[in-house]
Amino acid sequence: MISALDWLLEPLQYSFMVRALLASLMVGMICSTLGVYVILQGMAFFGDALSHAILPGIVLAYLLGWPLAIGALIFGMLTSIAIGALSQHGDVREDTAIGIIFAGSFALGVAMLSRVGGYAVDLAHILFGDVLAVSTQDLWIMAGLSLAILAIIVLFYKELLVLAFDPIQAQVLRLPTTFLRYLLLILIALTIVIALQTVGIALVLAMLVTPAATAQRLTRRMRPMMMVAAIIGMTANLIGLYLSYYVNIASGPAMVLVATLFFGLVLLFAPERGLIAQKIKRRPPHSIAGQPE
Amino acid sequence: MKTFLHPIDQHQSHVPTASSVELHQVTATYAGITALDNLSFTLHQGDQVAVVGPNGAGKSTLFNLIAGIVQPAHGQVNIYGSGPQGHICVGYVPQHNRLDWRFPVTVADVVMMGRVGKIGLFRWPRRQDRELVDHALARVGMQSLANRQIGELSGGQQQRVFLARALAQEAELLLLDEPLTGLDQPSQEAILALLAQLRQQRVTVLVATHDLNQAAEHFAKVMLLNRRLIALGAPQEVLTPHLLSQAYGNQLHVVHSAQGDLILADTCCGDGHETYPIVAQPPKLASVLERILA
Repeated sequence: MISALDWLLEPLQYSFMVRALLASLMVGMICSTLGVYVILQGMAFFGDALSHAILPGIVLAYLLGWPLAIGALIFGMLTSIAIGALSQHGDVREDTAIGIIFAGSFALGVAMLSRVGGYAVDLAHILFGDVLAVSTQDLWIMAGLSLAILAIIVLFYKELLVLAFDPIQAQVLRLPTTFLRYLLLILIALTIVIALQTVGIALVLAMLVTPAATAQRLTRRMRPMMMVAAIIGMTANLIGLYLSYYVNIASGPAMVLVATLFFGLVLLFAPERGLIAQKIKRRPPHSIAGQPE
Repeated sequence: MKTFLHPIDQHQSHVPTASSVELHQVTATYAGITALDNLSFTLHQGDQVAVVGPNGAGKSTLFNLIAGIVQPAHGQVNIYGSGPQGHICVGYVPQHNRLDWRFPVTVADVVMMGRVGKIGLFRWPRRQDRELVDHALARVGMQSLANRQIGELSGGQQQRVFLARALAQEAELLLLDEPLTGLDQPSQEAILALLAQLRQQRVTVLVATHDLNQAAEHFAKVMLLNRRLIALGAPQEVLTPHLLSQAYGNQLHVVHSAQGDLILADTCCGDGHETYPIVAQPPKLASVLERILA
């Protein structure tokens, strides 16, 4: 009979599992924190598209023998800036511009991959990630990028908050709104790069969106929302990783499934804003804010 | 990089004798269409002006020009003696339905947003900022709700919070877009009382409204707008049948009755999708015009 502690410690006798654990926690923390801005700004579609658009960068970095993160970052920034420029200066709706540029970029990546087919770059690994293959060098890169992102979120906290809540107020206060918008795009690109190896292109979106959306139903201020989102993201990834070890399912999908389950539970059972709590207590008269009286 | 990150280290100083708002032959286009045509007027410090006109008259464009959000295609906008871009003294209270009310901020958080420009980058709110926020909340009677999430408030309470944000910003020029539409009575009264206080502090206030009755009752000046400036002056000078019909065109109907001229109009609302019958009858407008024409 194994005790619970043994159950928890057993996978950690393998060093690749220790690295996977650290990577999962880091990804859960940084994705969920930045994800708060993604959902508050309605950028979920952008995040999904961006995660696909960096594919050429990954392929290119592989061919050149660079760290994959560098190539992904360059393409993430290029496409982010192109999208921003096209929707702000060109006469194109933002979601249309996202569709054009990011789908085109993804196609380029797949085309490049098909040319170098037979090499070790495996589309399935890029699409779905492989947290068990994280190297020590990857971990250091992830840690460095995570710290940089957190520092920027803290430094520009109040400006990003105003911009997210009321862009006109940000302009009236003469905040550097264009700079802040691009900054946020670059942060999202960086975060996707960090998450890539853990969950892959196809599921990065869930890391950004699901824990943050869960946290929004449990909190009423920005900082608690970020902290709760980070805790949910880390917990989901941790449980997902153990699930993948003991139940033998792919780790990325396991993490996303746990996060999705968390969201479902909170959707139903959240103390005040859960569907069940809403059913039980009659809605107070003030809860219909946003509609004219 | 320094100037880029710190677009204004110091708030643009005001020329003490300058007009608070001065437009000189301003033309603005929106999506290729002329939204405002050759607008010139001057407002003085402490002026409170109701801006009226039909939908699409350019009220929002005018506010965006004064706030420095939109640049004029021609002409010059000055506030307190210089272009709007250098000023952080402009408070802008947007139309109510423009924001995401589920956003995770409390009432106090929203009011603190008024301070962000003056606190400056890489700095945190100080005690003085928190005191200004408390004071601003007290002035609109919302101190007790400071820790509520913004979406938990009624529409009128939310409107008062945004006014408090402008107060915390120490705005000297206030732009209010439909601030009273659809509000509960206490909130309307609180806002009107605050406007009276602001007049004494020589804060210049522009209020876009559809309610001509309110414009006539609560404002010393009325601006009648329909892509161009039709009139600016005291309500009894501006809200005349002749000028109103210029602004509202065929939305306006003059009826000669035994009691005198009666003007019926559709001055309202919606998004311009509805078509109203020509004799749609908002009694408020009719009554105020009767009084004026009597």
